[in-house]
Formats: sequence, structure tokens, C-alpha cells
Amino acid sequence: MGFFLETVFGGLMAGMLYALVALGFVLIFKASGVFNFAQGAMVLFAALAMARYAEWFPQWFGFQSLLLANLLAFAAAVATMVVVAWLIERLALRRLVNQEGITLLMATLGISYFLDGAGQLLFGSATYKIDVGMPKDPMMVLENTFQGGLLLSKEDLYAAMIAAMLVALLTLFFQKTRTGRALRAVADDHQAAQSIGIPLARIWVIVWSVGGIVALVAGIIWGSKLGVQFSISLVALKAFPVVILGGLTSVPGAILGGLIIGVGEKLSEIYLGPFVGGGIENWFAYVLALGFLLVRPQGLFGDKIIDRV
Amino acid sequence: MFYRENGQFKSSYSADLALFPVAQDRWAMWGLLAVCFVVVPFVASDYVFRAVITPFLILSLAAIGLNILVGYCGQISLGTGAFMAVGAYAAYNLQVRIEGMPLLLSLLGGGLCATAAGVLFGIPSLRIRGLYLAVATLAAQFFVDWFTNRMKWVTNDSSSGSVSVANLQIGGYAFETPVQKYLLCLSIVALFALLAKNLVRGAIGREWMAMRDMDVAAAVIGIRPVYAKLTAFAVSSFIVGLAGALWGFVHLGAWEPAAFGIDKSFQLLFMVIIGGLGSIAGSFFGAAFIVLLPLFLNYVPHWLGLSISTATASHLEHMIFGALIVFFLIVEPHGLARLWSTARQKLRLWPFPH
Repeated sequence: MGFFLETVFGGLMAGMLYALVALGFVLIFKASGVFNFAQGAMVLFAALAMARYAEWFPQWFGFQSLLLANLLAFAAAVATMVVVAWLIERLALRRLVNQEGITLLMATLGISYFLDGAGQLLFGSATYKIDVGMPKDPMMVLENTFQGGLLLSKEDLYAAMIAAMLVALLTLFFQKTRTGRALRAVADDHQAAQSIGIPLARIWVIVWSVGGIVALVAGIIWGSKLGVQFSISLVALKAFPVVILGGLTSVPGAILGGLIIGVGEKLSEIYLGPFVGGGIENWFAYVLALGFLLVRPQGLFGDKIIDRV
Repeated sequence: MFYRENGQFKSSYSADLALFPVAQDRWAMWGLLAVCFVVVPFVASDYVFRAVITPFLILSLAAIGLNILVGYCGQISLGTGAFMAVGAYAAYNLQVRIEGMPLLLSLLGGGLCATAAGVLFGIPSLRIRGLYLAVATLAAQFFVDWFTNRMKWVTNDSSSGSVSVANLQIGGYAFETPVQKYLLCLSIVALFALLAKNLVRGAIGREWMAMRDMDVAAAVIGIRPVYAKLTAFAVSSFIVGLAGALWGFVHLGAWEPAAFGIDKSFQLLFMVIIGGLGSIAGSFFGAAFIVLLPLFLNYVPHWLGLSISTATASHLEHMIFGALIVFFLIVEPHGLARLWSTARQKLRLWPFPH
């Protein structure tokens, strides 16, 4: 029982990270109708920027403080992601307005290749570490309930808390601010929003920046746990089944989908894996999402798809 | 002016329906085939055959397969690498396990197994489409990657997971030198390009295009979505699987699962986009572009006297690929094939503007 719960917790924590990446997708899809294949590349780019800035700034400006270096690096990485968002809007999206979803998807595939190359060219392609002072030691809980207790990683708990805070902040932003309302209006209907004077171009820059910042947070959490390297961009491949499971336009769907897939993946690996040779983590999420789509094509909380001629 | 059609009257139905209704096109095609079959084997070096022409031909075949699915039927797929892998491994198993199995039959058998896999993974397309389907086809990619890595019998229990095929023979004739391999690939590719071209012009091709343009409307006018979509998946995966078998048998000779990873899927999708969605000729253009670009990028710094590290070169290559994809989508969504047809149109009318 203790082992089972530990697996579930491990899955929930991994799921939280998938959910964070998936959140970036959903935000961008909601507000611009673009299925952003480049989210993984953005996570890599942001994490590389963060890791390298934190390494470079103390050298350039001659200070020692780790906290200061991290804060400066975070600010600089946010600025970098905003610039990236602006460039994406300027150079690609602006010229692809009103194209089909598939065209936009392929454009983001191109953007993802570009960001992969550019990030590694600018920031280097070795493995870097991000040290934001997350506690590494595990802790024991519920020692009296189970034999041996439950071993939880504090790092994972902090990560989950940060993720939850980010979601709360984003919800507030979407519900309470003027810009948030504009974003939702654009999501509902581009043309109507434009006709009442909401500047589409600015909204896109904002939404891609927010997507970039979410990617940065995901990258920092992931990077401080496992180091920053190219494989981080593959996390996004895990986030795809999460978004289609949760529904492309739903923030709660992304969170819940992430948790379901995180837990399902760990449990299946441990309890089903041995029968089929292991390593099923790689495709389990996809098969789960695929099976679910066959029953409910719009995902858990997605908008109902209505076909019209 | 260069391309005069005056006086070429079509006086029978077969003339009207010909693959190349304009005489100049017909001659050009025969000329091109003659050059490929007769001249090229004498002029190109072994290196060019191994590194440029043979991969180009095989990837063109795979791109034709993908183009049928994405360009003609509108079902976007990110799992092409998986179907190539199925073709290659199935052909390998047929070859290894059945004594005296003819090479051509095992290649075609690889294609047939890929067809089965394609239809299986195509079933979700009946319920979901567009972006959702794109993600669903990734399932095929990851599942096949895992399957070929973990199931030992797929690789005939080889310890390293890599397999190799030696002495390619058809009817006692051995394909050993790069030139012979090239001629084998060229024959197969030419044959299947012709078949594909005719298929997409026929009734089934029109059904696919109707599905692509608007599937609900197509269903209303009596096209069966199940039949149209699954045949597109079947034909596409057959050709892709055959290309995969050729890639493994003829181009690589020995390969491991990583040869058919997700990168291959993306690469093929890029070929189709850059070459031109919904165009058989475009598949060739796209494949040529993707095969030649890395070579070109490798040579340019040499010519300019710059030395850049391989890592930098590969990052630059990624960036240029990415930028070109976006560029093509913005400037010419129909790809190189459209540029070619525009040029052709201009040649027909020159020097008059209309």
C-alpha cells in the first residue's frame, strides 16, 4: 500500500510538470487558435537562457550572491521570452492570419526547429544546471500509518506548489484584468474582437509571452531536477497527449489531464510494464489519450465539435 | 512560345485523359527517364549515388506516400517514420525467416505489413481529425519505436538491436554496386510514382480530395468517409512501408530502430510541405531539397574558407530548416511544385502576358 501511494505521488508530481507544459499549449491555443508545437522548444530555450544567464551574470558584473544571480537571470529570461514572442508574432504569425489550423501547426513545427537550433547555438548545447535552491532531501510522512512510511521528495512538493500558484495567478489574470478579458474575447471570435477595437497583434504577443513564461517556469522546475539539456524539449511530446486528453481549450483540463497521465504512466510502468518488457512509459500516455478520444473526441473538458457544411 | 501547344488536338478520350496531355511534357518525361536510366549511371560517382541520389529516390517514394495521406486526403500524420520502420522490419523478418524468399516479395510484404499498421492507426481518423489526429498519429510513432526496441524477435534476437541485410538478389541477379542499387530504386520509384499519379487522378483520388476539402460535405454527397480515409491510410502506408524497406535494405544495409525515429517523420513532413502538398512531382522536389540542403550547408563554409564545428553546423541546419518551413508556408503555401507550375505557365504564354 505504501509503495502504491508512493507511486501515485510520484506520478502526480510528474503529472504536474506535464500539466505545466500543457498549460502553455492551452493558453496559446485558446487565445490564437494555434496548436503550438514549439512549446517544448520554448521550454528548452527558456531553461537554457535561465541556466546560462545565472552562470554569466556573476562573471560579467562580479558578484557572488546566488539569489541575486537567479533573480537577475529570471528577469532576463522573461525578457528574452517576451522578445521571442514578439519575433514569432512579427515574423510568422502576422503573415499567417486566417490560414487553416494545419498550416499554423506546421509553422510552429518550423518555429520549434528554429528555436531548438537558435537556443543551442546561443547558449551552448552541453548539460547545464539550474540551482534555485530547491531542497533536494526527501522526507518521510505518515510513518505511523504504513510500515516504512511514505518517502516524498520535498523538491517535488515545492514544484507542485509553484505550479499551483502559477495556475492561480493565470486564472486571476484571465478573469480579473482588462487584458485577460481581451484575451478571452479574442479566443471566442477573432473578427468580433477585432471589430470592437481589440488589437489582435498585441494580444498575440501577450499570449505568446505568457506561454513563454509558463515554459520558463516549467523549464526551471524540470532543469533544477534533471539538468538542462536537449532532451528537455521532448517533455513537450508528453504534453501532447495531456492536452488532447484534457481538451485543447480547457485550463482545468490541462491540469487534470496532466495528473491522470502522470499517475497512469507510473502505475502502468510498474504494474503492467514487467509483463511486456518495460519502457511502456513512452507510449502509454498516447494510447490512453487515443482510446479516450475514440469515446469522446473533444477530450475531457473540450468544446463540443459541431460540423457544418 | 517555348512551349507551343497550337495544333495539338485531342481527338479521342484517351488523348484527353492522358497523363501528360501536352506533347512537350511527354517528350520531356521520356527524356528525363532516359537520362536517369542511361546517362546518370555513367556520369555520377559512387559517392554521389550512395550519399545523394539513392537516398533522394527512396525519400521521394516515402514523400509520395505521405503526400497521398496529407496532401490529397488532408489527414495530417506525424507517424511516417513508424510506418517506414514497420515496412523495414517486416521485410527483414520475411527475408530472414523464410528460406529462399525473393527480395521483391519481401519488400512488397514489408509494404503490406505497413498497410495493416497504417489502417490500424488510421481508425481513429474516423472519429477525430485535424490537430487531434496529428497528435494521435504520434502514438504510432512512439508505439513502433518501443516495439522495435523491446521485442527481441523483431530484430531476430540480435544483441545490439541492429539488423543487417546482405546480398540483395532478384532472380539470380545481384545488386551490389551503388549503380545497380540505384537502378533498382529508380525502377521501383518510377513505377510507384506512376501508379500513385494515376491513383490520385482516378475516382479514389477524387474521393480523397473531397475528404480533404470538406469531409462533412463529401459525406453528404455520398462519399463514404470510412472507405475514403482508410484507403488513403492503406495506400499511403503501403508506399511508405515499401520506402522504409528500401531505406533499410538498399540505402542503409544495416540499421537500428533509431533510423526511423520521430526525426524521420518530421523530415518527411517538411519534404511534403516544401515540395508541395497534393502534388506527386512536389514530393520529388521536396525530397531533393531536404537531401541537398545539408550537403550544401556543409560545403558553403568550405568555399568561404570558414571553419565551423559540426555542432554549430547542425544547429545552423536546424535553424535554416525551421526558418525555411515558415518562409514557405508564408510565401508559397503550395511549395516548390507551385513554383514549377507557375514557371511552366509562363513559358507557355511567353512573350505575351495572357
